[in-house]
Amino acid sequence: MPILSLDPRVNRLQVEQVPEHQPPVLVPGDHWPSYQVFHQRRRGEKHSSVGIVHAPSLEMAMAMAKEQFGRRGETSNLWVVCTADVLEMDYADEEVFRTTPSKSYRDPAGYKVNEKIDAYKAKQTP
Amino acid sequence: MYGGGYIPAGVEETKAQAESPELLAQFEARITRGEKIEPRDWMPAVYRKQLIRMIEQHAHSEIIGALPEGTWITRAPGFRRKLALMAKVQDEVGHAQLLYSAAETLGKKREDMLNDLINGKSKYSNVFNYPAETWADVAVIGFLIDAAAIVNQVANSKGSYGPYCRALERICYEESFHLKQGHSVFVWLATGTPMQREMLQNALNRWWEPIMHFFGPSDTMSQHTETLMRWKVKMATNDVMRQQFLNIYVPKIWDLGLSLPDPELRKDESTGQWLFTEPNWDTFFKVINGDGPCSRERLAVRKVAEERGAWVRAALRRADARYATPLA
Ligand SMILES: [Fe+2]
Ligand SMILES: [Fe+2]
Repeated sequence: MPILSLDPRVNRLQVEQVPEHQPPVLVPGDHWPSYQVFHQRRRGEKHSSVGIVHAPSLEMAMAMAKEQFGRRGETSNLWVVCTADVLEMDYADEEVFRTTPSKSYRDPAGYKVNEKIDAYKAKQTP
Repeated sequence: MYGGGYIPAGVEETKAQAESPELLAQFEARITRGEKIEPRDWMPAVYRKQLIRMIEQHAHSEIIGALPEGTWITRAPGFRRKLALMAKVQDEVGHAQLLYSAAETLGKKREDMLNDLINGKSKYSNVFNYPAETWADVAVIGFLIDAAAIVNQVANSKGSYGPYCRALERICYEESFHLKQGHSVFVWLATGTPMQREMLQNALNRWWEPIMHFFGPSDTMSQHTETLMRWKVKMATNDVMRQQFLNIYVPKIWDLGLSLPDPELRKDESTGQWLFTEPNWDTFFKVINGDGPCSRERLAVRKVAEERGAWVRAALRRADARYATPLA
């Protein structure tokens, strides 16, 4: 006997109760692979990673991305990339970059000359 | 919306000592420093297990939560209300997608999560096992259930797992619209005709117990809870969140001259704590175990949606599809 619902949409579906030992309804791969989505709010701004969608193809991923990440606020552009195509750095390699911020020779702040100039000027004036 | 801080027991605590002490120390130090854990970082098995469980249940709550409110989409009073309700319900399904993805980064496939939902192995928030009998129920759900969910989700968004926090940030933003539109419907009915007020009062009376159940029973600070709080999986106790909720929202309800069906409910001004009659926790556990007024309907609808959509998904599926765990 179909379940009687307060929701007319559910009544139209004529749903039956889930049996006690329900075997898996979904098989692996049923919900397709995932795509990473990049969103640009306005022209001129950069695209940022906003999350993923599941889709059977790039084109469908784009359609899903528009719905999931473009339905509110501003959207100027979207990119989708198949997750399997992305090479991610190992987080363990974070260490390699730990000393980068302190490499002052790569930094404008690492080149202070005002003291020298001032000293030079002081020496010139009798 | 979401089903609160209540995580049903079932994950036995594997002893943290079983993990590499060095890696565990690094992991805990990272959390103490306020850094986030990312998907492919080392993490204790029990951390992974508990997060999957929690995020998955949260996702189920979003997707099932779309059903009680969806009941009224076809009969929403007026075009603007209908648009708002459709937008809200769509957001909830979108929340489920974001959360399933966050859980998927921890290694559980979306298909497995949905199978576990349908076969009853995995739970979702109790409140969605109750019917939305009238349009006023939509007001109570949109205003108060979403408000309770916000209390919970804002707390969780400061947790330690990066993908979950990022999903919650976006979710919280959308929830504030849910709350506002729910409050708007609520105020319209409360300030409407005597019949509308009566309909709203009745809905409040029906929903008060499920709302009091929302955050789960009072926590005993077990070893388990302590570990989860240290790892920033659980961010606040059920009692703390319930108090926060009562403190903000009970006055807003009373302001409109509506009542709540608990004669003991009041704020103890000396302690700042709200006093209330304990809801019936036997009912709570009964409903969690699949015996709520709408439990069977909810799962049956979910099952049918997957079954009857299977041919479309299969037709679109490509033989060369390559699966990879989502990055974030
Ligand atoms: Fe919501
Ligand atoms: Fe939500």
